[in-house]
Amino acid sequence: MTGRAPRQAAVRRVPGLDWLLMAAVLGLLVLGTLLVWSATSARDGLSPGDPSAYLRKHLVNVAIGLVLLVLVAATDHRWVRILAPLAYLASVAGLVLVLTNGVTINGSRSWLQLGGMSIQPSELAKLAVVIGMALVVAERAEGRRRRTVDWIDVTLMLLIAGLPATLILLQPDLGTMLVLAATVFGVLAASGAPRRWLVLLAGGGVATAVTAVWAGMLADYQVDRFLAFTDPDLDPRGAGYNTEQARIAVGNGGLFGEGLFDGSQTRSGFVPEQHTDFIFTVAGEELGLVGAGLLIGLLALVVWRALVIASRTDDLFGRIAAGGIACWLGFQSFQNVGMCLGIMPVTGVPLPLVSYGGSSMFAVMLAVGLLQNIHLRTSASPMRHLAPDPVLVRR
Amino acid sequence: MPGSADTRGRLRLIVIQALVFSLFATLFARLYYLQVVSGADYRSQAASQSVREVVVQPQRGLIVDAQGRPLVTNRKSWVISVDRTVLGRLGQRQQDALLSRIGAAVGLSPHRIRKQLGTCGERGSVPGVCWNGSPYQPVPIAADVPERVALRVLEQPEDHPAVLAEQQTVRAYPRPFGVNAAHLLGYLSPITEGEYDRAQETGDRSVNGASSVGRAGVEKQYDEWLRGMPGYRRVAVDSMGRVLGEEREIPGQPGDTLVTSIDAKVQGVVEQQLARTIATARRTVDPVTGRRYAADAGAAVVMEVDTGRVVALASQPTYDPEVWVGGITKGQLSRLYSEAAGTPLLGRATQGQFAPGSTWKPFMTAGALTHGFGTDTRLNCSSGFQVGNRVFKNYESGAYGYIGFDRALEVSCNTFFYRVGYHFWQRFGTDVDDVDAKDPLVEEAKAFGFGDETGIDLPGEASGRIADRRWKLDYWKQMKDYYCGIASRPQSAPANKGISDFVYQFAGEFCVEGYAYRAGDAVNFSIGQGDTIVTPLQLARAYAAIANGGTLYEPRIAKAIVSPRGTVLRRFRPQPAARVGVPGRVLHYIDEALKGVSLRGTMSWRLLEFPLDKVQIRSKTGSAEVYGKQSTSWVASYTDDYVVVMMVSQGGTGSGTSGPAIRKIYEELYGVDGLGVDPKRAAIPGVVAPERLPTFTRDGSILSPRRGGS
Repeated sequence: MTGRAPRQAAVRRVPGLDWLLMAAVLGLLVLGTLLVWSATSARDGLSPGDPSAYLRKHLVNVAIGLVLLVLVAATDHRWVRILAPLAYLASVAGLVLVLTNGVTINGSRSWLQLGGMSIQPSELAKLAVVIGMALVVAERAEGRRRRTVDWIDVTLMLLIAGLPATLILLQPDLGTMLVLAATVFGVLAASGAPRRWLVLLAGGGVATAVTAVWAGMLADYQVDRFLAFTDPDLDPRGAGYNTEQARIAVGNGGLFGEGLFDGSQTRSGFVPEQHTDFIFTVAGEELGLVGAGLLIGLLALVVWRALVIASRTDDLFGRIAAGGIACWLGFQSFQNVGMCLGIMPVTGVPLPLVSYGGSSMFAVMLAVGLLQNIHLRTSASPMRHLAPDPVLVRR
Repeated sequence: MPGSADTRGRLRLIVIQALVFSLFATLFARLYYLQVVSGADYRSQAASQSVREVVVQPQRGLIVDAQGRPLVTNRKSWVISVDRTVLGRLGQRQQDALLSRIGAAVGLSPHRIRKQLGTCGERGSVPGVCWNGSPYQPVPIAADVPERVALRVLEQPEDHPAVLAEQQTVRAYPRPFGVNAAHLLGYLSPITEGEYDRAQETGDRSVNGASSVGRAGVEKQYDEWLRGMPGYRRVAVDSMGRVLGEEREIPGQPGDTLVTSIDAKVQGVVEQQLARTIATARRTVDPVTGRRYAADAGAAVVMEVDTGRVVALASQPTYDPEVWVGGITKGQLSRLYSEAAGTPLLGRATQGQFAPGSTWKPFMTAGALTHGFGTDTRLNCSSGFQVGNRVFKNYESGAYGYIGFDRALEVSCNTFFYRVGYHFWQRFGTDVDDVDAKDPLVEEAKAFGFGDETGIDLPGEASGRIADRRWKLDYWKQMKDYYCGIASRPQSAPANKGISDFVYQFAGEFCVEGYAYRAGDAVNFSIGQGDTIVTPLQLARAYAAIANGGTLYEPRIAKAIVSPRGTVLRRFRPQPAARVGVPGRVLHYIDEALKGVSLRGTMSWRLLEFPLDKVQIRSKTGSAEVYGKQSTSWVASYTDDYVVVMMVSQGGTGSGTSGPAIRKIYEELYGVDGLGVDPKRAAIPGVVAPERLPTFTRDGSILSPRRGGS
């Protein structure tokens, strides 16, 4: 396999990309750029005297992201698997560095200041965990020449996920932690792990969360935010302020919105963190149900294509990775939009492909590149319907 | 089981797919709920927080004198306020930095600003400094700040979140002819919460939480006219309360102009004369006490005799009305109330009450001449008059033998009037317990309006007091416990510490028979001594009634209300309140006698070389005695046009102290030049102001009535 793969890949790449996924991604990028522009141009406090500063930085991020996407999509499958452990180790190193040298923003030590850039290693860690887990299962399965997932696989996967998860918890970054938990669960499910493991893990996760709240392991502001989500009128000037303002902005949009760049709440800066975590409220206010609905639709499309890619591929690594990415993007989108709509607690996670912020943008674009890579391999195989497991057939 | 995990994985992907799509469907449903189902709700919330109604305070109406000279106008003043809601959204360190920055600019410590921002009644709030306005309204922290400070706040809003700089109009006092007129004009102070709530309840839109309302003087009396109607500006604001743009403006309406009958020139002269009289008295040694006169207070009134219009009204001590502008400090306020400073807030002309002394005698004369005495009556003006075992002395005059009322007024003979008072007491009131006993002198005093408010258009007028039988009984009932308490103990008892011999003796007598209206009370009453007190304005009005044939007018300061566009909205016509009910011949007799006072009586030495043939001044002097104090100087006088009354508390004799000022005022009123009279030099063109109002032109200038179009 190792000797043939590059040649085969050259042949197989001909049928092309998943264009539906590509269209959805590009649509989200365009929409996101407009929303970031709208959210930042009126806020003099963010970039004094330069209303388009954030727009330019966002466009740079998008450009870098697109390059990353193409690079990953075009890279040979093998190289992805070779580079995966490196990516994993790099993100773990980043998480450690954050704890030692990080910058605290909004109560979490999540940012690394590198030159003029702020990097959020936990964003990249999500991708790293997905690839790492997929790689372990795939490597072991291929080594054993069979496709069952036993307790060793599960334990290894949990170890792979556990290390960054612990580091993230130490920051503490509750939002990323929730997304990571959902992602790990998705990866485990997609890997075909026995049901009892899934039930056990889900039960254990809930128990841990309840214990954490009771034992006071969570920071006060995190509990406050959670309480504010259940009852935003509890403290409208404090913790409930964010959710209340987000809902007012979204509700103000109505069916067709106030028009791009014309949202009164957005222009007046009532919603905090509006270009990052609360970017969806800009869509809600300025584009209304139609525009925000389209945004949700595009996100759903991305997740759907990821799941389709996952189910179509015969490659175990590809399936687990694509499934994990789908769970990750799907849950993160739900968490983010749900937070803006007041049905999820306020935890700082960005909206994939839309929010301003390089780390998230690069991580998601890398993931999309990986999806395309998996898709390319799958669609290039002429026997894919007949031979569900090309590895075994070749042997 | 090869492939089983694989199949399971694929199946699970379908489950995940269903799960993810149900989550996304939930999001869409929620979005629909927020934007369409309850969208209207959120839209109104969005509007209410991003649009702020800014009150545009109306320009308060002017107050002008009869010639159209502005007495009170407005000027622009910069006010720095802090929006506490926005301030609360900043971090503690940002707040501290902001407050010290703005504090440095306006000259206040951040600590002090914190105190000012505290709501009164909250824990730790400092009375007098704390904010007692609406909790949602920005709190003014500094008024009358220099323009450059205000402009810095306006031009660098990013450095001054939560700080507002606004232009307000405040009262200005142009002081034509140096007039002060503080008591007459009154002052403004911020609306109280109670007043604001009441206005809200009654739907009164003319005031708002940041309004100032009239508190005294004509500012209070005509507040509703002067106030105007505030405008409202709807502006878009951001989450920091900074104004993004204007949406709509409902213009306000400036207040109406109050035209008064005051003449600034006369007012200036009267104020100056009163101040000089007091200054002179304070340099003069009182022959009775051997100390200089305290001259602690004084008042002067100039009124038209035929209309009751007040031309000048002065009071001492006074204060600068400017102290109220932009908020009065605690120290300034306590000075206005302080007795050590002579309670400058009290307007003596309408609120001061003093024993009238001999200026009372013309009314006693009227009472006597209508109740059995005649112009041919001759009574002994002896040097003393014994009532029971007490001898009442003749203070102002020596013994003149048997004289008539006219001569008694001229020389201000006390014993003459004692006999009159004693006569009536003997005839009707020897039963000291009979509160309903007839007393023609008391009746006459009431007929001339004493003991009751004059109805002048100034708030807080004092009513004076006629110390008649009923009053004496009431007073005894009220005070007997106190005095009987003193009398029940030996004078040396510890509880009686500080009680003088006189008071101890008085207490004993008062306790037993303080209710009794004795002959001594009656004779005291007849010469305006004792417990009877009057306001200078009451006295002026009563003399005006002698001058005008018996009509008591309600004194008026307001002449008209004129809209900002110059339309006359309301005219204040002379308001007769009552007739004194004294026959014309009696009034004429008194009038002639008072002319005699000026010509050869107690006032004559102050009117030497005065053209009395052209300006016939009738006058009466008085020196009222008050136990433990120096005598009060009174001069009440009038001509065919004006009544002029001046008094100085603890100031000396009537003519001696107030005489020169009275003369000077008449000289100004009539344009007296040596022994000649030049009406062109009169303070008021034509001597008496015309009924016509000043002309208000469209461009805002005001022309005097004479020039305005004759």
